[in-house]
Amino acid sequence: MSNITPQTSQNDAMRYSALSILANGLRGNRGWTPAWREPEPKAEYDVVVVGAGHGLATAYYLAKEYGLRNIAVIERSYLGSGNIGRNTTIVRSNYLLPGNVPFYELSMKLWEGLEQDLNYNAMVSQRGVINLFHSDPQRDAYARRGNAMRLHGIDAELLDVEAMRAMAPMLDFDNARFPIKGGLLQRRGGTVRHDAVVWGYGRAADARGVDIVQNCEVTGITVEAGRAVGVETNRGPIRAKKVALAVAGNSSQVAAMAGLRLPIETHVLQAFVTEGIKPFLDHVVTFGAGHFYVSQSDKGGLVFGGDLDGYNSYAQRGNLPVVEDVCEGGMALMPAIGRLRLLRSWGGLMDMSMDGSPIIDRTPVQGLYLNAGWCYGGFKATPASGLCFAHLIARDEPHPVATAYRLDRFASGRVIDEKGMGAQPNLH
Amino acid sequence: MRIRCPYCGERGLEEFTYRGDATVTRPETLDQTAEAAWVDYVYLRDNPAGPHREHWYHGAGCHAWLVVTRDVRTHEILGVELAGGPA
Repeated sequence: MSNITPQTSQNDAMRYSALSILANGLRGNRGWTPAWREPEPKAEYDVVVVGAGHGLATAYYLAKEYGLRNIAVIERSYLGSGNIGRNTTIVRSNYLLPGNVPFYELSMKLWEGLEQDLNYNAMVSQRGVINLFHSDPQRDAYARRGNAMRLHGIDAELLDVEAMRAMAPMLDFDNARFPIKGGLLQRRGGTVRHDAVVWGYGRAADARGVDIVQNCEVTGITVEAGRAVGVETNRGPIRAKKVALAVAGNSSQVAAMAGLRLPIETHVLQAFVTEGIKPFLDHVVTFGAGHFYVSQSDKGGLVFGGDLDGYNSYAQRGNLPVVEDVCEGGMALMPAIGRLRLLRSWGGLMDMSMDGSPIIDRTPVQGLYLNAGWCYGGFKATPASGLCFAHLIARDEPHPVATAYRLDRFASGRVIDEKGMGAQPNLH
Repeated sequence: MRIRCPYCGERGLEEFTYRGDATVTRPETLDQTAEAAWVDYVYLRDNPAGPHREHWYHGAGCHAWLVVTRDVRTHEILGVELAGGPA
């Protein structure tokens, strides 16, 4: 193992605190140093992690929890350019199936301690996530989900319509077609500033000696005698004892470089933000009669999304029918937003797996590890995905909460299909 | 995105429903010997970043199943034919 590079000590000296903000402010803010280095890639590492979303978290936990030091994260564009900067910032652990629940709850617990752990303000806001229901059968389904959560020690409350009225009076409770009958609330859920998560993990990983190499695109995976021994990039070859892929959206493309064919289709998911308004919506709310979910950012914009466009796409932009569908969902749920102007919309590439659940596993190629298939649930999973992937890479065995996320589960029939949709990726 | 249906002409995306990859083929047999072929057919996809042959159903039009060739990086439609045979 090589030593930590000397630049790291600068970051150790620059611990962020209220005092450091005050002191730097008094000195005209001239004392701040870059939050991470921009190193040239070395010829060889113990672990090369491809992709700086979940990959940054992976590298951080490899260094912090598993004691590895000679690690690189390579990112084809700049930090935050991919899905970790394109989501709707929601975190929650309100899952139903045993393969998922402990994993997402570990992630929720890591979010709760993230800012102290990283020494970075990620604006973790446990404002509560509410799933509305509009019929008696839907109430039963959410009661079942809430019970499953509570059996795993996770907070869940079934709210009646009066409690909902008190929490979110702007909703259209008496809608003729889909009246609101109540909601399932996870108070510990909420939002986290997505860019700050990238920057926080990046800074913390860098401080532990991880080389973050931006604008470095993988063009090939070097396999010798059935073992991955490095990657080819547009900045030259990099050797590695282990290669870890965390490139959701492009997993099929990168895995194909090692001859793998994955149970994944790439789809586009659009998201939207309105102009900023005064405090209006205190929680994350999901519509139960259409696909629409919304929260209000700290800048005041309503951040919302809905369904996938539904066709394979690598374009990072969608089409108008889904824009219309999502906005109709919003109008059905909260007619008061009808005069708001849309500020921006954008698209991200989703690794839609065949059962709607992720993959964290070894591959048939020795030394090549795969973290993929996050569908549109990847952001909330970032801390646990990083920790479990790091565990797998360091120990060569799955983390106890991620044992179900096997690559071979499709062949063995042990799929984890939360929505019961079958092998039709655009329906998950 | 607009698709030129061989029967109905060019129509908006909202008239069509997407099914997925048109290049995978259903195995002929249910025998144990075909298990790997079934896993391939049901679950594994090339998922190319480029031209993609895919099934679309014209549900709000003529109800035809189409094979559309589309560049998934740009959404450009490169060709449309009937799924049942030559148009």
